Amino acid sequence: MTSLLSRHAANIYWMGRYIERAENLARLLDVNETFSRNALGEQNWAAVLEIFSDQETFAAQHGAATTDAVIHFYTLDTANPNSIRAQLQAVRENARSLRPLISTEMWTQINTFHNRVAAKRRQDVTEAKLSGFCAMVKEGCQTHTGITEGTFVRDEAWFIYEAGRALERADQTTRLLDVKYHLLLPSVEDVGSRLDVSQWNALLRSAAGYHAFRRAYPHGMTPALVAEFMLIDRYFARSVRACLVRLGHRLDELERAYKIAPSSRTRAQLGALIRTLETESIDDVLGRGLHEFLDDIQDKLSRVSEEFALSFFPESA
Amino acid sequence: MSTQPQQTRADAHIPSLLAGYDAGGYFCELTGAAHKPAQFAAPVRALLDPLDMRELRRRAKEAERELYNSGITFTVYTRKDVLDRVLPFDIIPRVIAKSVWHCVEQGVCQRVAVINAFLHDIYHDQNCIRDGVVPASLVTGNDNFREVMKGVDLPFNTYAHICGIDLVRDGKGNFRVLEDNARTPSGVSYVIENRHLMQRAFPDLMRNIGLRHVSNYGQMLHEKLSEVGPPNVRDPQVVVLTPGVYNSAFFEHVFLSREMGVPLVEGRDLVVRDDKVFMQTIKGLEPVHIIYRRIDDDFLDPLTFNPDSALGVPGIMRSYLKGNVTLANAVGTGVADDKAVYAYMPRLIEYYLGEKPILDNVDTYICSEAEGLEYTLDNLDKLVIKPVGGSGGYGVVIGPRASKRELDKTRKALMRQPENFISQPMIDLSVSPTLMPRGVEPRHVDLRPFAITGEKTWVLPGGLTRVALKKGSLVVNSSQGGGSKDTWVMEE
Repeated sequence: MTSLLSRHAANIYWMGRYIERAENLARLLDVNETFSRNALGEQNWAAVLEIFSDQETFAAQHGAATTDAVIHFYTLDTANPNSIRAQLQAVRENARSLRPLISTEMWTQINTFHNRVAAKRRQDVTEAKLSGFCAMVKEGCQTHTGITEGTFVRDEAWFIYEAGRALERADQTTRLLDVKYHLLLPSVEDVGSRLDVSQWNALLRSAAGYHAFRRAYPHGMTPALVAEFMLIDRYFARSVRACLVRLGHRLDELERAYKIAPSSRTRAQLGALIRTLETESIDDVLGRGLHEFLDDIQDKLSRVSEEFALSFFPESA
Repeated sequence: MSTQPQQTRADAHIPSLLAGYDAGGYFCELTGAAHKPAQFAAPVRALLDPLDMRELRRRAKEAERELYNSGITFTVYTRKDVLDRVLPFDIIPRVIAKSVWHCVEQGVCQRVAVINAFLHDIYHDQNCIRDGVVPASLVTGNDNFREVMKGVDLPFNTYAHICGIDLVRDGKGNFRVLEDNARTPSGVSYVIENRHLMQRAFPDLMRNIGLRHVSNYGQMLHEKLSEVGPPNVRDPQVVVLTPGVYNSAFFEHVFLSREMGVPLVEGRDLVVRDDKVFMQTIKGLEPVHIIYRRIDDDFLDPLTFNPDSALGVPGIMRSYLKGNVTLANAVGTGVADDKAVYAYMPRLIEYYLGEKPILDNVDTYICSEAEGLEYTLDNLDKLVIKPVGGSGGYGVVIGPRASKRELDKTRKALMRQPENFISQPMIDLSVSPTLMPRGVEPRHVDLRPFAITGEKTWVLPGGLTRVALKKGSLVVNSSQGGGSKDTWVMEE
């Protein structure tokens, strides 16, 4: 079998990242919508802009961060490269280049899914309809990953795709966790209040983690436990640590089965990041500031990604 | 086991599908000439006729949706903002009898043989010029003549590995060659995809009917291309070279690479080292031996041709001329499918092969010759005037349908540069029943069979049937409102 073209390696990596990103953005918007119902008003939506560092871009194009405007910005706005629509477009463009490699079923689903979202008008995705829209996007993304799992040839491209998804999911989980930070800094008296608990609850549910959390921690729900769970739980599929460990396995497989070794720097940076997660105590992290900790992880992840790209597709890095 | 009883239809008097169909005096691919019904197509008619219109439309709609979902699309160059459009597909097939196909196949093979003989000659001894068969101006003075190819020997003297010969059927039902395509003929992917579409839309109809299958095209292509690889390479690496995702035929390039199971590369994926071609993979450089290139000569190598080309591969021509890599089609085949050279094809068949043409040309007047020009100017309103070297149906003037202003403009252009034109009489293109909003109506069709040549030539049974969807239109090009149909070559 011929080896994977470097250009296609870049395409498959980014296809994996964008599909994961779209799914997580849908989760994040959904949970934010749940939060903003709690009478905190429209400023909640500005928090999403902060999480993605989009405040300036948004202000320049749309002015005030009204609920409607922010929702449109992150769902259908083609001018915003961080909208779900734009991300699905990127998935489709990468998939188009990958047509010679991916299954027809994968392509057809991506094309259909993209077209369905592209056909939505602004009035189809208002605050009231956001949850339904997000559910549709999540399902589309999951259908994609299911079809891919079931039809994609298990060659090096598969492992690069999986690596891209693992890395993106780790990054997105940090952002999901950050929503809570931005929306409501737990003050001493708030911690443990009904509102606080219901919000942590919603956060877990948005990551499909409520049940997994309950299994791990049958009693109680504190900010520390939820943060710990989402950051370093060994078994939760969306925890940052589990994603990074999975990324490490993909690198192992690429090296073992396909004799394609990532650079030693990729390995070193990933190793350091996993060690940090495994050794830090959650109380120290919260004490120093969760937001700062998450920011730092995001920085390090983007460096791992750059190294990964330089290792496997330097021409397209 | 009990079963649900069959529902009887309340509206039993729905007229049969072809009941009101009138071919309008043209030769019809499904019903034959006006007073001579086509016997071979009777079984197909018998299958189609009982379908009622609602059922047919339902299936057509499903097929349409499938096309949209599968993103089988083409780009129209004049509308750059529109990236995707679906090539309309008509679900009533075009049917070809076994004996008729046999003749077409022979004729296409003959045509390909003469194209390759001609190309070998013009890049070697140029006997055809010396013997006065073809004027030198059409050969060495042709824009597509490539000096670099002089004296270059190719495996089996094959230049046009992939050929598409455009055929039309006149009022008597005789096939004639309208045009040769010896550079990068496109459309073969539609042939196979259309068949798949039909198999899903009409599984009931296609059972037991005995059609020649088309699904082995990719395998044959890979086989034939592998025959013409550089000498001494045992297991040659074939690739398809595409200009990229924005090219109108990108879907087809994907199709070709998938059907052959070979990489689809862009120019930027290839590098030349020591006059050998490699592709950049995640394991480093890997050798490439045969390139089915879907980019024009001009863009192949910025060092040899267009220096601005970002699509090509610097140094690839040196590698090619040294015989380290095979390009399919060869460089410089554009001389053979020039519309002016086309006019000489019947003479060239006699000259190189000593045979009579199996498929006649459409009568053609060469405007660079005094008689041809005079005849053309005198009969402008009766002729089809074609620019030489043009493609895609742009700039063709159909005399009987042109306004006086258009004719005046054409007359001036003809007198200014007669060598840029040929003219042909109007042909009564055959029609085929086509599903239109008002019912089943006749629409004009052509046929592009595809031939692949390595050591010998193989022709895909059938080919691409294009249909002019506009009422009365003779222009079947996809860029001008044409669609396509599945082409059924009968087994018996």
